[in-house]
Amino acid sequence: MPREVAIIDTSVANNASVRALFERLGLQARLTCDVEDAIEADALVLPGVGAFGAGMGLLDECGLREPIRERVAQGRPTLCVCLGLQMLFEQSEESPGVTGLGVCAGGVTEFPNSVVRPQFGWNLVPAGAADDGGYAYFANTYRVTQAPEGWDVSWSEHGGRFVAAMRRGGVLACQFHPELSGAYGAKLVDSWLRTAEVGTPC
Amino acid sequence: MLTQRIIPCLDIRDGRVVKGVRFQGLRDAGDPAELAQSYEQQGADELVVLDVSATREGRAAALHTIEDIRRVLGIPLTVGGGVRTLDDALALLAAGADKVGVNTAAVERPLILTELADRVGRQCVVLSVDAAANGEGQPGWCVVTHAGTQRLDLDAVLWAEQGQSLGAGEILLTSWDRDGTLSGYDTALLREVCRSVRIPVVASGGADSAAHMHEAFEAGASAVLAASIFHDGRHTVASIKQELAGQGVEVRR
Repeated sequence: MPREVAIIDTSVANNASVRALFERLGLQARLTCDVEDAIEADALVLPGVGAFGAGMGLLDECGLREPIRERVAQGRPTLCVCLGLQMLFEQSEESPGVTGLGVCAGGVTEFPNSVVRPQFGWNLVPAGAADDGGYAYFANTYRVTQAPEGWDVSWSEHGGRFVAAMRRGGVLACQFHPELSGAYGAKLVDSWLRTAEVGTPC
Repeated sequence: MLTQRIIPCLDIRDGRVVKGVRFQGLRDAGDPAELAQSYEQQGADELVVLDVSATREGRAAALHTIEDIRRVLGIPLTVGGGVRTLDDALALLAAGADKVGVNTAAVERPLILTELADRVGRQCVVLSVDAAANGEGQPGWCVVTHAGTQRLDLDAVLWAEQGQSLGAGEILLTSWDRDGTLSGYDTALLREVCRSVRIPVVASGGADSAAHMHEAFEAGASAVLAASIFHDGRHTVASIKQELAGQGVEVRR
């Protein structure tokens, strides 16, 4: 299990919560925007709060687009949270014209008018990509509704089914916030850290 | 399916927890980080911390308190009170808040909601609306500020709607008439606001039982906030959730 985790510094919002979670799990957590870090780190976290366009802009500014893309494509230990999951796709309705990492085909779309938006709160995540399943905390207006090829997917429901979590090799991507999902989130991340190293590269 | 949220609220002044009836006659109710942790263990879905400090020193102490809470807390944390500027909000987020509640500052300069949403995303922006019935034969509710001492010529329902267009991702709706009275949430007010916005509305002010919370959910609230009923130890979050589940409300257990 890695002793240190590198967190991509998005300069906004949930860095403190992500960091606090890893510290509670007994790891050193380091904020970084460094390309070498993104390539070399034993475990990398791509957090994300904010708009799709702003998030991709930040990755481009730091030269992180290709390193992260490659890292995820190889299945190396990477945890993508919320916007971090969405950025794996090609585009998003949130920021038309902005190109995502494109590791997965398809796009990100807005929840329908029929449900409360943003989706704020605890929704049930079934067992599968996200281990045993349980209640996890979501805070999102956009989501993915098509299964990405080659990934294990856990689906949740909010105005129809959407991707709650997806896993391939050492990469775990969560639409929810494990750092805000109490004991369930902590257990999930702990188990990701323990198994990520032996994940099969893709 | 998304569950209904139960949110304990800690009022802090100079870094300590207090809760007063109608924001007056404050009494000390315990250490914030300790209480926060026990609420998470009881099954709280989220925590709201309102800083009611009156001084700059008090607000500086609040930042340390937020850091202390964040270290131990694994559920979402909303912090409000004392947010005057964009920098105040960003400092609270950096200290460990996941969402920031803006109240008077937004009334005085509504664009702060847009600036904050552009900077950190609307999911971090909560508009706190303190409302009171117009009374004297007038229907509707007006916005009140400065601990209820100022009634504004601003319709509370309209203001919530404007807040949504300006960038708020959630409305924390406090009934000034009910706060501290333990007589139940103002469900008529809630119903009106929930009908006017599509972002989540958190009901606040007046909770004394699971039945009150059930009424708020039926009126359209996505979450309910309560303080004294939990601080006094008469109910735990777990016991309230058990009652609500028995009444058919979807809660996380």
